[in-house]
Parts: sequence; C-alpha cells; structure tokens
Amino acid sequence: MKPRLLEIKQGVLSKNDELAAGLRQRFAEAQVFVLNLVSSPGAGKTTFLQQTLVGLRQRGYSVAALVGDLETDNDAQRLAQSGAPVKQIVTAGNCHLEAQMIETFIEDWDLTRFDFLFIENVGNLVCPSSYDLGEAMRVVLLSTTEGEDKPLKYPPMFFSSDLAVITKIDIADAVEFDRQAALTNLERVHPGIPVLEVSAKKDIGMEAWLDLLAQRLEAFRAVETVTD
Amino acid sequence: MHELSIALNLIEIAETAAHNAGAARVETVYLKLGVFSGVVKEALFFAYDTATKGTLLEGSRLEIEDVPLVVYCPTCQQEVELPSIQQFQCPVCGTPAAEIRRGTELELTTMEIMSDETETA
Repeated sequence: MKPRLLEIKQGVLSKNDELAAGLRQRFAEAQVFVLNLVSSPGAGKTTFLQQTLVGLRQRGYSVAALVGDLETDNDAQRLAQSGAPVKQIVTAGNCHLEAQMIETFIEDWDLTRFDFLFIENVGNLVCPSSYDLGEAMRVVLLSTTEGEDKPLKYPPMFFSSDLAVITKIDIADAVEFDRQAALTNLERVHPGIPVLEVSAKKDIGMEAWLDLLAQRLEAFRAVETVTD
Repeated sequence: MHELSIALNLIEIAETAAHNAGAARVETVYLKLGVFSGVVKEALFFAYDTATKGTLLEGSRLEIEDVPLVVYCPTCQQEVELPSIQQFQCPVCGTPAAEIRRGTELELTTMEIMSDETETA
C-alpha cells in the first residue's frame, strides 16, 4: 500500500447546482417566473402566499405553488383554496428543499401554462440558503413578531435573497417592533436589498408587492425574449 | 441542520473519486470551507464521522481549511477581508461592499488515498 494525493476540486453541492441550472433554463424557456420563499417557521409564509395567489389570479395571471414542509399537507390544502394548482412536498425531516425535489414535483406540469410558480421552502433560515432551486428571485420574509436582529443571526440567508418582506406589519406597534433597527440590520447584511412591508391579513402593502411581481415578470420575459 | 446532507454529498463525491482511482481506503479529505457557506464546522465533523461508517472513507480524517469572507470594495478598488459576516462594509473606508470574492466555498479540494502498489505500478 502506498499513499497518493488526488486532486478533486469539486463543489460539494455541485450536483444540486447543476440540477438548479437545468431548472433555471427550463423555467426561462417556459417563460415562467419562479420565486423561492424562505423564512423562519411562523413568519407568515403561507398566509402571505395565499393572498398573493388570490391577488395574482384576480389580475388575470396563471399561478402555481409548491410547498415544502417537514410533515403534513396542511399548507397545501390552505393554498389550494386560492384555486391555483398546488403540490405539497413532504420532506420527511429534511430541513430544506433541493433542486432534485423540484424537478420531480413539476414533472407532470406544463410550465408554459403558468406566469408565476411559487416555491414555499421549509421554514428555516439556515439550510435553504445553500440550495439553489433554479429560482429567478429569492424572497426572505421577516415578521414583526420575530426579533429585529434576525438578519444578523442568519446573514447568508438574508444576503442571498433578492428582496426582504416584513410581514404582520399590522401588529407592529402591539409587539413593539423596532422598524428602524430591522431596516438597519437588513442593510448591514445586504446593502441595497429592497424591502417591502406588508400585512397579508389586513391587505396592507399587498398591492405594491403584486405590482412589483408584475414588473419583474415583464422584465424577465423581456430579457428571455432578447436572448432567444 | 443540513450538515448531514452536506456530509453525504461530500462522501458520495469522495467515494466515487477514490473508487475510480483504485483506492483501498481514504486517509484524509481536504475541504475548503468559507465562513459564509452557511455550514457549521463542528456539526459537519460530527456528521462526517457518522456518515463515513461502512464506506471507503471510514476512519479517514476530515481536514478543513477555513476561508475568510473577502469582498471587493468599490471605493478602495481592492479586495478586503471582512472582520464580521454581519456587516458588509469595507473595514478601511466604510463603504457598503457586497461583491463577495471569497468565503462561500464548500469545496472538496484534495484527497489522500491508499492504493495497492501493484495497481499504481
């Protein structure tokens, strides 16, 4: 027996990255704008997404959603009430979604039917940051009931997101939410990150969010058409 | 806790490479780990020891090289190391700087394997 050095130089998550790149290509060809929603558990992802699906459908968009959860399909049932096609991905203990799961679950969907596809990730601010799902936009939710220092505790998640949405803004005063501290912390870990403040329940700020989605979809399709 | 998933991915890549090289066993696995990779080193060590059982990597050593967070400062026009991952601001001039150059690595760089002399001769 003799020792030998082998050079590898391979990213540990390269398999996921390759699958995600393939998905991104497919989404571009199908002209569907895909969003990855991340947050800690209880930040209000499902309520926010439910109202988003309803709002987009009222504006005439075709939408669909994939929902990741450790167990149960409660969230999918809630979201399906919006009338949009929804599938639950039960990760059975896995703390994040991976590109492979997305690929499997969209298999029998004709993506060209959709304008928007939402992926609600597992409630967790750590692990999902490492896994690209081929999304065009990553949105991180931060609720007023959480500490304002969440961005400082989970910098990679907030850094890797393209937009931050502060949820449950209707109860900000009651829970003594320090808005300025939250904005400062977001800016510290992700200079220039756009921030929206909403209450899905009380329909505050949702129009601005839907306007933003409409704009992003238009810009996405303009780019994709040019490269075709 | 996704360090177990990470460890399993790492082991899969390493075992395939070791197998292709005709290794009898793996001695050491060298990994570059950025401080901004989102991976907790201690959890990864623990997961590695557990997950390598019964593989070519059983009993091998995981050697981790920490990579600091380095960004490009548009004002200083040079790469600067950030003292904290909680503040994307140039420590020299105070300009917000978010163009990451290093620090997100999670890369299997090299492996030390043991192979039969007859096969390598």
